[in-house]
Amino acid sequence: MRALRNAGLCVGAVIVGFTLLVAIFAPILATQDPFAQDLSRRLIVPFWMEGGSTNHLLGTDQLGRDYLARLIYGARISMLIGIMTVVTSGAIGVAMGVIGGFFGGRIDDMILFAITARLSIPLILVALAVVSLVGSSLTVVVMTLGLLLWDRFAVVARVSTMQIRTLDFVAAAWSAGCSRPRILLREVLPNILSPLAVVATLEMALAILLEAALSFLGLGVPPPLPSWGLMIAEAKDYMFFSPWVIMVPGLSLCALVFGINLLGDGLRDLLKTGRTT
Amino acid sequence: MTAPLLEVRDVGQRFRASGGMFAKTRQVVAVDGVSLRLETGGVLGVVGESGCGKSTLAKIILGLIKPTSGDVLIDGRSLTTMDRRERARLIQPVFQDPFSSLNPRQRIRDIVALPLTAQGGIPAGEIRKRVDAMLSRVGLDPAMGERLPAQLSGGQRQRVAIARALVLHPRLVVCDEPTSALDVSVQAQILNLLAELRLEFGLSYLFISHNLAVVEHVASEVAVMYLGRIVERNEASALFHAPRHPYTKALLASVLTPEPGLGIPETGLGDAMPDPANVPSGCRFHPRCPVAVERCSRDSPTTERAGAGIVECHLAPVG
Repeated sequence: MRALRNAGLCVGAVIVGFTLLVAIFAPILATQDPFAQDLSRRLIVPFWMEGGSTNHLLGTDQLGRDYLARLIYGARISMLIGIMTVVTSGAIGVAMGVIGGFFGGRIDDMILFAITARLSIPLILVALAVVSLVGSSLTVVVMTLGLLLWDRFAVVARVSTMQIRTLDFVAAAWSAGCSRPRILLREVLPNILSPLAVVATLEMALAILLEAALSFLGLGVPPPLPSWGLMIAEAKDYMFFSPWVIMVPGLSLCALVFGINLLGDGLRDLLKTGRTT
Repeated sequence: MTAPLLEVRDVGQRFRASGGMFAKTRQVVAVDGVSLRLETGGVLGVVGESGCGKSTLAKIILGLIKPTSGDVLIDGRSLTTMDRRERARLIQPVFQDPFSSLNPRQRIRDIVALPLTAQGGIPAGEIRKRVDAMLSRVGLDPAMGERLPAQLSGGQRQRVAIARALVLHPRLVVCDEPTSALDVSVQAQILNLLAELRLEFGLSYLFISHNLAVVEHVASEVAVMYLGRIVERNEASALFHAPRHPYTKALLASVLTPEPGLGIPETGLGDAMPDPANVPSGCRFHPRCPVAVERCSRDSPTTERAGAGIVECHLAPVG
């Protein structure tokens, strides 16, 4: 297997896979309730520090909630946002890009205009406006990111489609009497999936970081949900005396985004060398 | 007289080449007033340099692009009146590059079956049987059907492309340089296969090539194209033994001989490349013609009958 020889791809896949498993099995892995407050047991230090206990492996936060449980459930929010955003924006972007690239002409002009218009919209500003209009919730974050992050999908899908469309096997499919939807689905789409897979990993990392940023600003996931960005935001007041409260979610976020980017890079190398034509 | 299998009537194709938002759009004349006839069982060779409009003509005949003027008739019926399935049953292509003419994501079996599945209503077992039969007919093991194109050699891929073209038993196969991307040793095999299949299935070929040796080998009639027009057309033996148009003569003189030490032959055409966006006045060949006279840059030559064919030159012997 060539995939196993790519160290970056392996490390990335392990990190992302581990986070995904943690997110899926959160109720089993977390021995304590991430929402249960105990004000008499606030800011307990993690087990490796002086005064730490194995009862709270990563200590507790400023409201006495178990930090490990919050971290585990936070992985759920991050992965959920990452995957849902990629699915939504991917569907929108790929559909737009493929249609523009395949049909060309006036339709393509319209798609290009939509991409340019989208690129001129500042994301945080839109999030601010949406939150002030409908309030913040997990759904709102997913919808906002999903409906805004399709531009790279559209650009890549459009260019790839334009390249594939001129190849002889597409001409052969027309000559074979295939219908237009069949050519789009059978001949074009499978051949543009590899560059899109790379875009998907990049967008996933971006979405997770944006969720953290929005939550940090108070525009994302509302408390008391355990989002990593929200954990960083709540921890910033205590970081000078209890630095682990900001380090634990911060490092987790770093590791996950790093892992996703490694996965994307590895995937790109794999698909590039894997092309035999 | 019955209608010929293929009749191309005064077909023209112009493309608008835009040089950007504020640039003047230029017109590229890819094909200009081309008329051709091909009887059932015949092989019509079309030769010319790259950029002369051969491939555009092939695409028009395949119905892939709609000509800006003129009409293509199959069995006396216009291509535009047929739906895609009916057209597919009559005409199929074999393209030049077997590396881009097969979908890299599909198994060989599905690639060959594509014209059958596109027809709709053919049971899966029947499709399987016909694909297997066609694969063995073109010299491939039906077990190869499970492979992907990347696992096949260039010659094998071209056999797959031929199998796909013939699986519907079409009447006309448009071969657009079917051997020029292959190794010399494989070229002959593919040409022989095409010749056998033509007799076996009663096919007619429109055979496009820049390789005169190949065309001489397969074609019963040859048309020479220059800058989008047919400048000479005749029976193959007549055209190769007594070319009338100076461009045909130059093409024949340019054929490389296998003799070492002779070097690249002198054609007398100079190195001014023809530009379809800027067609010369008068006879379009006059800037490169070794025998052009003053009149050639002024008047367009008319199409004259020459033997069994036609020629378009002020100076060519006619009749």
